[in-house]
Amino acid sequence: MTTKLETLPAPDKNTAGAGKPTNHRKPAKRRESRGTLAFSRAARTRALIKHGILILAGGLMIYPLLWMVVSSLRANELIFREPGLWLNSLEMSNYTDGWSALTHPFGHYMLNSAIVVIGSILGNLISCSMAAYAFARLQFTGKKLFFGIMLLTIMLPFHVVIVPQYILFSQIGWVNTFWPLIVPKLLATDAFFVFLMVQFIRGIPKDLDEAARIDGAGHPRIFLRVILPLMVPALATTTIFTFIWTWNDFFGALIYLTDPDMFTVPVALRAFVDSQSATSWGSLFAMSIVSLLPVFLVFLFGQRFLIKGIATTGIK
Amino acid sequence: MSAISELSTLKRRKGPMTAAEKKANGRDNKAAYIFLLPWLVGLVAITVGPMLMSLYLSFTDYNLLQPPEWVGLDNFIRMFADARLHNSLGVTFTYVFVGVPLQLGVALLIALVLDKGLRGLPFYRSVFYLPSLLGGSVAVAILWKQIFGTTGLVNQALAMFGIQGPGWISDPSTALGSIVLLHVWTFGAPMIIFLAGLRQIPVMYYEAAKVDGASTLQQFWRITLPMLSPIIFFNLVLQIIGSFQSFTQAFIVSGGNGGPSDSTMFFTLYLYQKGFGQFDMGYASAMAWFLLVIIGVFTAINFIAAKYWVFYDD
Repeated sequence: MTTKLETLPAPDKNTAGAGKPTNHRKPAKRRESRGTLAFSRAARTRALIKHGILILAGGLMIYPLLWMVVSSLRANELIFREPGLWLNSLEMSNYTDGWSALTHPFGHYMLNSAIVVIGSILGNLISCSMAAYAFARLQFTGKKLFFGIMLLTIMLPFHVVIVPQYILFSQIGWVNTFWPLIVPKLLATDAFFVFLMVQFIRGIPKDLDEAARIDGAGHPRIFLRVILPLMVPALATTTIFTFIWTWNDFFGALIYLTDPDMFTVPVALRAFVDSQSATSWGSLFAMSIVSLLPVFLVFLFGQRFLIKGIATTGIK
Repeated sequence: MSAISELSTLKRRKGPMTAAEKKANGRDNKAAYIFLLPWLVGLVAITVGPMLMSLYLSFTDYNLLQPPEWVGLDNFIRMFADARLHNSLGVTFTYVFVGVPLQLGVALLIALVLDKGLRGLPFYRSVFYLPSLLGGSVAVAILWKQIFGTTGLVNQALAMFGIQGPGWISDPSTALGSIVLLHVWTFGAPMIIFLAGLRQIPVMYYEAAKVDGASTLQQFWRITLPMLSPIIFFNLVLQIIGSFQSFTQAFIVSGGNGGPSDSTMFFTLYLYQKGFGQFDMGYASAMAWFLLVIIGVFTAINFIAAKYWVFYDD
């Protein structure tokens, strides 16, 4: 078990390098140069076969998504007849129809989702970084016990807490508000991020804290002025993961948000599926694309943080 | 590195750490608890409190309106006789024990093909990783519902070869399979963990093996697999825990009812129906604790089995 620490990249090096994705390709490069020494016909065909496999597999993976994009621009009846990807005409009406198909324009649900997402991100950034600082830098009674509990809660299935949580929040009168979705994040219940940040802070040289301490800085100062600015990559990873998970979160919204005014995107989409019985797949697809777009954009621009994040802490 | 390895190093470090801790004790307590305050409140109010509460509720009959009524082991006895619950367990087990090995197998395979300094690696990696970010969304579940429908994309493609495919999602014998496939489709995340692990295997091992005349296959069995086993184990534990809790895809694909004929009635879906459909909160709590025990048992089995196949290069 301990050796896992050695077989995987050292946490400090790895997360700290999140800003420069090239550095973890080093070993691969070494192998590449070894390969070029003996670059032969056989090696070339081998590479070709590999590319062939990868293009085929990748194409198969991405095809459904591309097809959904194309289908969202097609006339409804074509969706059930046209497995190809070419378009004869652009049917933008799917988007305009879908946008206004529910009680509110779809933008309303996107806004609701945005509120929950922003609240969750702020909550996670503040509460998780505070807890992480304590676990990574401070000595206190019960530290090991709490740290163990924190790790265990990462693996705890949320179903064991959902019923009493629902009872609790409904008694406070928080059903059909965004609080049940945001407040847990303000209380660092996404322990995964605490762990991610602990790993990161451990990689920051302690000399920096010591220097600040000698200059008379207390823990709040050290945390705000020394540690936080240095852990920006970990904060970025947290932001991106929180964004995607919260944006996609269906179960929480399904339970707590029953009023169409308060629907977030996933529950709105679900209401859309239920209301239109297979007649308007075009507009359903159109709104599905709209709902995936923010995640796709975050993926496009935040990819390096995502990949570093899962490579170091290994979670979906 | 991983949360899992942290947990066991925690145990190992016990001896020397306590002494060191005692020495430093009392110094930072106040500051530490202030920093930990949000987390501590969350632990008590959002996690441990509700856990104990649901344990209590599992011995009661509770519908949210009347106060909970103590019924002893009634809920558990009911679970014992509930055929739909047994079916939902079967569905979940099939999903977990077919979906997870398949997904990890594909992830490992693609990671191995990608590993050898291939040109265009970042591009391929992105293509394979993207589905795992989208796979949990309602939108993709909707897409899946269309693709595997009677006149969906899959059957349109089959029709080009003159094959008349079944309604994959409306047929009880194939509905679960299409959801398993959706799980396999999200292999990108474990693939990235595998890639990171493969990079850590020292190249000299392979060089030495080559000098000794080992074939590619031998190198895979004797070097790659043992060296990667901690990471395979880590992925396995995480994916099993995660898959047991799968909900959204089955909910959307089946329209919320777990059909056709309960063939996609995941345990979590049945729990949702009991708790939030029929407001049988006592029963739902008992089911939740049962799920926790199941996940705990399989995780424990995983850890015990790991002693026999996971290799640590000390």
